[in-house]
Amino acid sequence: MSAYKNLSIRQKQIVWAWLFLAIPVLFYVVIRFYPTGTAFVISFQEWNLLGTRTWTGLENYEKLWNDPVFWKVFRNTFAYLLLGTPVSLVISFVIAYHLDKTRFLHGFLRMLYFLPFMTSAVAMAWVWRWFYQPVPIGLFNNLLASIGIPQIEFLNSTTNALPSILAPAIWAGLGFQVIIFMAGLRAIPGSYYEAAKIDGVGWWTVLTRITLPLLKPTIVFIVVFSSIGFLRIFDHVFNMTTNNPGGPLNSTKPLVLMIYETAFSSFNMGYAAAQTVVLFLILLVVSLLQLWILKGDNT
Amino acid sequence: MSKYMKRMALSGLTALATLFGSSAMAVEIEYWQYFFDARVDAMEQLIEKFEAANPDITVKMTHFPYADYRTKVAAAIPAGEGPDVVQLFYGWLNDYIEADLIQPLPKDQFDPAAIDAEFFPMVQAMKRDGAYYALPTAVRSLALFYNTRLFDEAGIENPPETLEELVETAKKLTKVDGAGNITQVGITTGMTAQDHHWWREVLVRQFGGEPYKEDYKTVNYTDDAGLAALNFYVDLEKEHKVTQSGFMDEPQAAFKGNRAGMHIDGSFRIGSLNKVRGLKWGVAELPAGPDGARSNYSSYWVNGITSKAEGEKYDAAVKFLKYLTSDEAMQLWLDVVGELPAKPSVGMVEANANDPTFGPFIRGLAYANTTKFANESAQRQAMVDMVARIDIEGQDPAESLAAAAAEEQKVLDDYYK
Repeated sequence: MSAYKNLSIRQKQIVWAWLFLAIPVLFYVVIRFYPTGTAFVISFQEWNLLGTRTWTGLENYEKLWNDPVFWKVFRNTFAYLLLGTPVSLVISFVIAYHLDKTRFLHGFLRMLYFLPFMTSAVAMAWVWRWFYQPVPIGLFNNLLASIGIPQIEFLNSTTNALPSILAPAIWAGLGFQVIIFMAGLRAIPGSYYEAAKIDGVGWWTVLTRITLPLLKPTIVFIVVFSSIGFLRIFDHVFNMTTNNPGGPLNSTKPLVLMIYETAFSSFNMGYAAAQTVVLFLILLVVSLLQLWILKGDNT
Repeated sequence: MSKYMKRMALSGLTALATLFGSSAMAVEIEYWQYFFDARVDAMEQLIEKFEAANPDITVKMTHFPYADYRTKVAAAIPAGEGPDVVQLFYGWLNDYIEADLIQPLPKDQFDPAAIDAEFFPMVQAMKRDGAYYALPTAVRSLALFYNTRLFDEAGIENPPETLEELVETAKKLTKVDGAGNITQVGITTGMTAQDHHWWREVLVRQFGGEPYKEDYKTVNYTDDAGLAALNFYVDLEKEHKVTQSGFMDEPQAAFKGNRAGMHIDGSFRIGSLNKVRGLKWGVAELPAGPDGARSNYSSYWVNGITSKAEGEKYDAAVKFLKYLTSDEAMQLWLDVVGELPAKPSVGMVEANANDPTFGPFIRGLAYANTTKFANESAQRQAMVDMVARIDIEGQDPAESLAAAAAEEQKVLDDYYK
């Protein structure tokens, strides 16, 4: 106790700060870092959850490298990312840009756009899954059939299934991105626009020279955030293809779903952990790359 | 409340008994199963009867949602926490034996020769090196469900007896709209449901093949029989146009919605079909093959004693398991859960074998096969992809069959290496 008394006020503050920080630090160490570390260790082992773990070295990674399903899944994961991120970015910006200028029913419209974000992904995926069914129960195909157009195989197709699943996923995330964009737009000082007006500049120049450059921090945030979201896509895919998860023929399977199946239906924990490590590395690289590209020249 | 009082009184009594140095000791054993209303209900009744007959033993049942069950059991037993008697899917047995999580049943109480004779033959899959490791109370098999109202409408009197009749019957039951889109299927298909069992254990055998060799360690359906079976299956959609895979999302949904004339499914479906209002259905044995051969697929859940049970708990667990595999327990399980008795002595009695609903399933047990899966979901996936390649990508059936065999063999090799 006397040791504490001898401390200066500054040192005492540090002691108290650490005391309060101890709880979240402990939480992170036990709940986050310890399992993460264990996952790395398991990725070098073989374990079926029941028996003992045995060391296999790099065998899991070797297997992953030679697994055609993994490469298919790898491509799918990036298809979700490379289609999903730009499309959702453009749509949400267009909506936010125009919504920002709309006064009529502004709050109501904003609520409508935000609503899908608050809806349970599982419920939404199932509703869309039924929308996509063939005649006689699918909404879209019934519409097509009623005007004499041949049915479209939305989910039972190796080419259409991925975009069909991506569409509701983009729609679900839109509300959040619109709100962030609107906050970003509101944060741009009005004086820039006034100066542009005085100079008599057209809307295109205003958009490309004032609005977009000043929105860069917002765009960085949304790109990083939605990229991570699309790289980790799971619930939409899983719920829209529960009978044949990630199917047909693995054409919609993202990495997270492969990890889930390897771990909890094949009980191959080591192999699943190796996949998790790969996912972790992809997320890390993609996030760092985006931060570097989008923030690098920001002065 | 009365149960609580009874337990209180019981524990009071045993406390007294212990005080006075009597040898009767109260033992509590734990029993785990996954949560399914009727199963939990049936087990409660069985436990009550067992406790009445064995007042010195109490059984505590714990249940979990199905989705978590396997993980929870796997995590608990090695930690010494879990059950003394545990319910497992038959396909998990290998993993549990290998990890030393369950112990063989004592031969003096569960005589292997007697079990071989008394139980339906597919139960022998639970035997390793001459000893049984677990036993089922109830088993399941497949049968052909048919919609009696749609049968009447199409003027069909009896369910099909052979595969040939199946196709003809299905043709009469199929409806299409003006544009040629199917609006009602003659028979549901979908490898994602029960059809992979139907194809593997029934169709392949009926066309003269044997799906696996060496105790299910080697794939053996790439011959002409396998190809004939696959062609029969995919031709239902391609050639005869009496079905559409993925019709109404799930086969059982189409059948429940009165949009499917016939549907192959397991006995576990009976309960949920009974709940559908406005659905009138009947059950028939699976159609016989070209030369009259019949086959069926059976799966089951078994009860085993974990390695955690020792000493008097072990003795109590043995007694409990003995009761769970008795004729009385099997009849109760059939009445409450609707799952089929695992012994012919209960199943083949007049009332059960001729029951209009259970009868076709029970008769199917006599010639049923049980696939020893190494990884059921991965092996199912091979079948699903086999049909999808033909259906979506137009691949030649023989090529697709060979690819599926290679894929499944890899799963088996990985497991048995």
